[in-house]
Amino acid sequence: MNAPVYGGNAGMASDYLEIRDLRVTFDGFHAVDGVNLTLLQGDLRFLIGPNGAGKTTLVDAVTGLVPATGSITKSGIELVGKKTHKIARLGVGRTFQTASVFEELSVLQNLDIAAGAGRSPWQLLRRRKDVLPEIEEALETIGLSAHRDTPAGILAHGQKQWLEIGMLLVQNADVLLLDEPVAGMSGDEREETGRLLRRIGAQRTVVVVEHDMDFMRAFATSVTVLARGKVIADGTVEEVQNDPQVQEVYLGTAAAVGSDGTDTFQEA
Amino acid sequence: MSVTFSPRSLTQPGPVRTAAGFALAALVLFGIAPAFLSDFRLGLLGKFLCFAIVAVGIGLAWGRGGMLTLGQGVFFGLGAYIMAMHLKIADAQLREDSVPDFMQIAGIRELPAYWVPFTSPFVAILAILIVPALVAALLGLGVFKRRVKGAYFAILSQALAAAFAILLVGQQSTGGSNGLNRFRTFFGFELSDPVNKRMLFFIVAAILLLVVAATRQLMQSRYGELLVAVRDQEERVRFLGYDPANIKVVAYTVAAFFAGIAGAMFVPIVGIISPADIGIVPSIAFLIGVAIGGRSTLLGPVLGAIGVAWAQTALSENFPSAWTYAQGLLFIVVVGFFPAGLAGLATVWRRRRRSRPAPPADDVPAATTELEPAR
Repeated sequence: MNAPVYGGNAGMASDYLEIRDLRVTFDGFHAVDGVNLTLLQGDLRFLIGPNGAGKTTLVDAVTGLVPATGSITKSGIELVGKKTHKIARLGVGRTFQTASVFEELSVLQNLDIAAGAGRSPWQLLRRRKDVLPEIEEALETIGLSAHRDTPAGILAHGQKQWLEIGMLLVQNADVLLLDEPVAGMSGDEREETGRLLRRIGAQRTVVVVEHDMDFMRAFATSVTVLARGKVIADGTVEEVQNDPQVQEVYLGTAAAVGSDGTDTFQEA
Repeated sequence: MSVTFSPRSLTQPGPVRTAAGFALAALVLFGIAPAFLSDFRLGLLGKFLCFAIVAVGIGLAWGRGGMLTLGQGVFFGLGAYIMAMHLKIADAQLREDSVPDFMQIAGIRELPAYWVPFTSPFVAILAILIVPALVAALLGLGVFKRRVKGAYFAILSQALAAAFAILLVGQQSTGGSNGLNRFRTFFGFELSDPVNKRMLFFIVAAILLLVVAATRQLMQSRYGELLVAVRDQEERVRFLGYDPANIKVVAYTVAAFFAGIAGAMFVPIVGIISPADIGIVPSIAFLIGVAIGGRSTLLGPVLGAIGVAWAQTALSENFPSAWTYAQGLLFIVVVGFFPAGLAGLATVWRRRRRSRPAPPADDVPAATTELEPAR
């Protein structure tokens, strides 16, 4: 169980997220239109697609932020219709496109809050004295041990995203939904983040919504392509890359996206 | 307009400085103030301390929790009217009348049913402690679970204060717009006796110290950190598995609890409670001291509330009409230019003095210029 692999690394007994016929509709617009997905533990899944394909909406639906129909089960428990904080307690964690850490609190305080959803009122009314071992471990994993007392607001952009991922780790989430974690990061930070995802992805179900194709090619073990609210391809990086339908979608939008290249699927 | 504070401040100051701070406050309140102030001035200070107790709660709910509580008059009023009703009944019983004096004048021959429970001093005190908090908890659950926040919450709470005041104005059985006044005794003690007046001051001073100590513990606990997190990133907290509504309800309830106690103490100290003391204007006035003192700090609201109330008294003694303008101007200046209040100014000044010999100030990242609470 060292590295994430295609199809997951934990066999059929593993935790997984099963999405069946998921639909999200806004005023008659089908943002997510009958999506089926099976996400396995130990499989670093990238969710890609042109702008407006419904990637973020899909994540919103899984985490209970937008009402959806269909079925999402995590290890047999139905998530559709549950409240956001209940879903989070079942081990589904997410990050946002813009890092949303608690800027005025220190790195340690951020992590401590993330670890504390199950605390009793009595524990909440007492002062935070020592650092929990799982927080120490997460600090190590995300490489912020030296910044534990830094206010999260003055961390570098990349560090904020890592802190967010660290918060998911101490939250004890085993399904992690990361919305564009490397957007706006430098090359080194991307590399670092990719390695971090590989490390944490071995024992968890990690889904990365991403626009950066180079990053995807470097770290994904499987890819799902979404377009107009539907899954149009599913498989390894090579399989998806060679799918004519995917090429069409990406070539079709490449002109609109322009020359920045981040959305162009084929390598130049 | 977010008020910032350094995370370090949650663990500072140390126990020694805290103990010294409380000892100093106790010395001022129990030693210096009664020794140097006339009975009249001491009574005034007691009234200001009541406002300070309300302010501590607002500091918690608004400064740390982000809930702009524009209607604390409701909870202040609930506590005050319960206390006043009990005092009126007790006075009537001393005269061996069946109803308080103002009811006789209004032609009410029998004690209204909702007054009866407050005949018992224990029920009255229990109700003062429970009713405002319970109302706030139920209201908070209804409002925060529905994710009503920001300006909508502020308008709602203000409307409630207005409605409560209007309701009371129309009630013959609570003295209408005159309210309840002319209390003779306080749990058997003659209120005209200077010794008892002084005792009232000591009681309210002790309550203030307890309230500050309890709030300090709340602010420094894990709950306090969580409350700040909810204030700044409510949705993020939800995705960590908490229901932010519950966290906000607690702070709102605690603030109401404090306001209720303050209202109850206001009655024997000031000698009157009327709808004019609990409506929109007093509810906003509660806020002004908090904003000026520094809303996200522990002591800023206390000192701000006492300072503003003192300035109001001093100014309106000399320039009766000027105060309202001065108060409005002060509020605008503070909210517009010093959102962290005077506590924030003090920190900036302290930091400047400290960093003067240090290398270029440009080195400091923008986000580190945050403001710490006054200690």
